Amino acid sequence: MAILLTKDTKVLIQGITGREGSARAAFMKGYGTKVVAGVTPGRGGEEVSGIPVFNTVAEAVKAVGPIDASVTFVPGPGLKDAVIEAVDSGIKFIVSPVERVPLYDILEMVAYTKQHDVKLLGPGSIGIISPGIAAAGWLGGNPEFARKVFIPGPVGVISRSGGQSATVPWALNRAGMGMTTVIHVGTEPVTGISMGEILPLFEKDPDTKGVAVFGEIGGPHEEEAAECIRRKEFTKPFVIFVAGAWAPEGMRFSHASSIIERGRGSAKSKIELLKEVGAHVVDRPDEIAPTMKKLLEIN
Amino acid sequence: MARLYEYQGKQILKAAKVMVPYGEVATTPDEASAIAEKIGKPVAIKAQIWAGGRGKAGGIKFAENPAEAKEVARTLLGAEIKSLKVEKVLVEEKLDIEKEYYVGIIVDPSKDARCPVVMFSTEGGMDIEAVPSEKIATKKIDVIRGFKLFDGINLAVELKVQNKLLPGIAQAIMGLFQTFKNYNCRIAEINPLVLTKDGRLIAGDCRIAIDDASVFRHPEFGIEVARESPTPPTELDKIAWWIEEGDLRGTCYIAQMVKEIKEPGYVGYHGLGGGGAILGVDALTKEGLKIANYADTSGNPPAAKVYRAAKVIFSQPGIEAYFLGGFMYANQEQWHHAHGIVKALREELPKRPGFPCVLLLCGNKEAESLEILREGTQGLPGRIEIYGGDKVYETRFLARRVKELILEYRKERGIEV
Repeated sequence: MAILLTKDTKVLIQGITGREGSARAAFMKGYGTKVVAGVTPGRGGEEVSGIPVFNTVAEAVKAVGPIDASVTFVPGPGLKDAVIEAVDSGIKFIVSPVERVPLYDILEMVAYTKQHDVKLLGPGSIGIISPGIAAAGWLGGNPEFARKVFIPGPVGVISRSGGQSATVPWALNRAGMGMTTVIHVGTEPVTGISMGEILPLFEKDPDTKGVAVFGEIGGPHEEEAAECIRRKEFTKPFVIFVAGAWAPEGMRFSHASSIIERGRGSAKSKIELLKEVGAHVVDRPDEIAPTMKKLLEIN
Repeated sequence: MARLYEYQGKQILKAAKVMVPYGEVATTPDEASAIAEKIGKPVAIKAQIWAGGRGKAGGIKFAENPAEAKEVARTLLGAEIKSLKVEKVLVEEKLDIEKEYYVGIIVDPSKDARCPVVMFSTEGGMDIEAVPSEKIATKKIDVIRGFKLFDGINLAVELKVQNKLLPGIAQAIMGLFQTFKNYNCRIAEINPLVLTKDGRLIAGDCRIAIDDASVFRHPEFGIEVARESPTPPTELDKIAWWIEEGDLRGTCYIAQMVKEIKEPGYVGYHGLGGGGAILGVDALTKEGLKIANYADTSGNPPAAKVYRAAKVIFSQPGIEAYFLGGFMYANQEQWHHAHGIVKALREELPKRPGFPCVLLLCGNKEAESLEILREGTQGLPGRIEIYGGDKVYETRFLARRVKELILEYRKERGIEV
């Protein structure tokens, strides 16, 4: 099994005729994802990699039936409308591999998706991949690379960093472990679903035996993960590395966010909190895979 | 985030019906004197720089009359305060302060919020972080619903503000929220919100920063570099931004960490991807090295962008090595990076024989990319070491290689440290 993206998930690509949209459409379809339609206004009736293109999401749904997920390859300033359009057509999971989105637009789309019970991954998420089943976004790059790096197995992976969402799986793979689902939560200052919401999904998935995380300084993700473990909403082995402990002052988040965080957000505070709830915090990223391996053998 | 100067912030607050002191910006002592003349009473003269604690550092002064204003402006203009050069001063009416309040709006990214949070405090005029939480009233704002005047009144009532001040305070909070929303702010603060002896509520100072990704919607501010930074952009920052501006293919982020390198141990650092880039910084720091700059090229940028980034990194005088920290098994086709870096090295290394270059590049199309690096750098007069996927998490090993090559390079040139 996998979470969020399974073999039955019908996927739409918004912005399918663009540079990235068309390239990743070929990848996603080539990897086995059920890509049922694409949208680019003014390009209805065309095809990209054999995928039918429509002018609007509503038109696509009318033609191919209900759609479960959408991947938005739309430039940042246009993302808000694309997300609202997908929500209005009944799509319940949206992956936004888009950076440089105006902050107030993000706040509005996050509020709108929440109001309609839609899960928004990103913005700024390079995507999600359920090895051997489906991919949505950039993660995996091309079918050949994706098959080499991501193999099916027992570990769920969450990463704060785009690049590390392939690197942690590569390290697990080389240590002989595969993955259920790999998720990049996104790099924008505010994002939709966070670690604290993803962990309960991994908890419910019987195939996921443990979760490996590449964490970073700043933001609320790691604290929310710790809270999740404390409340027993996640009880499986949890291995995490938090990057940025040695970064020079001034490179960290700004003064502004520390007002609300009140001492949270630093690598030190994240690590202390995680250790307190029993997470396995490793000092170097190369310790993630061996630590997970040991934990899975014990369990 | 792109910070606005105080005078710019006050202009937009005024448009949102928040009262601000009467005043104008001056760039010469004569202008300052003329503005003081127009105001016709004692004035405050405030250095326009991006720094907290400006008053304590001597950046805010007072003058009784136009002649004094001219003298004060002469001492401030061109001076350096908190290592920032003062190019403009704001000359405005001096306020008779009865009490100071605080109003601020930030974005809370935690999962129970993901929205703007409005904060009000009866303890204004100081750093809000130093105010105990029971003296701060906060409200999370549903952006679909928006902010209402009565929300502002509720915040003030919560802290027992007397009735006659409620409408004025609520109006100031409302005006700040509208500014926050309409100008796509990352942060907006009025601190202090001054109650004057004659009963007016006036924004004494403000701190407003526009969200980087929204700067394009506000060309009127003339923001040169839409990047988070505690100081105005250096020349190098501006060049780096120019690489990025208008080219949405992938990301190129470069930030100079020191204005001028005055000691050994600095590395020109070229990271790949936010998380991977930080790994390299951590590792170099642990080895006692420092980064001259932080950089990140990722998200599948074309070779031209990578080349320009590398050239900017090499342009920093005093660096002792170039480190390509590709600590990620990248999804992007890595040959774009390989091509860009080869071109930069072929131009730079003949100018600096023996220069250490440690190159780590892993992931998609790795074999081809490493081949491009090897072939393209063959015969170049540098200390070049190239690594791939088996070293992707060997942070300590690679940082040590950088250090050892720097020591060799120093020895070769007879430099002792």
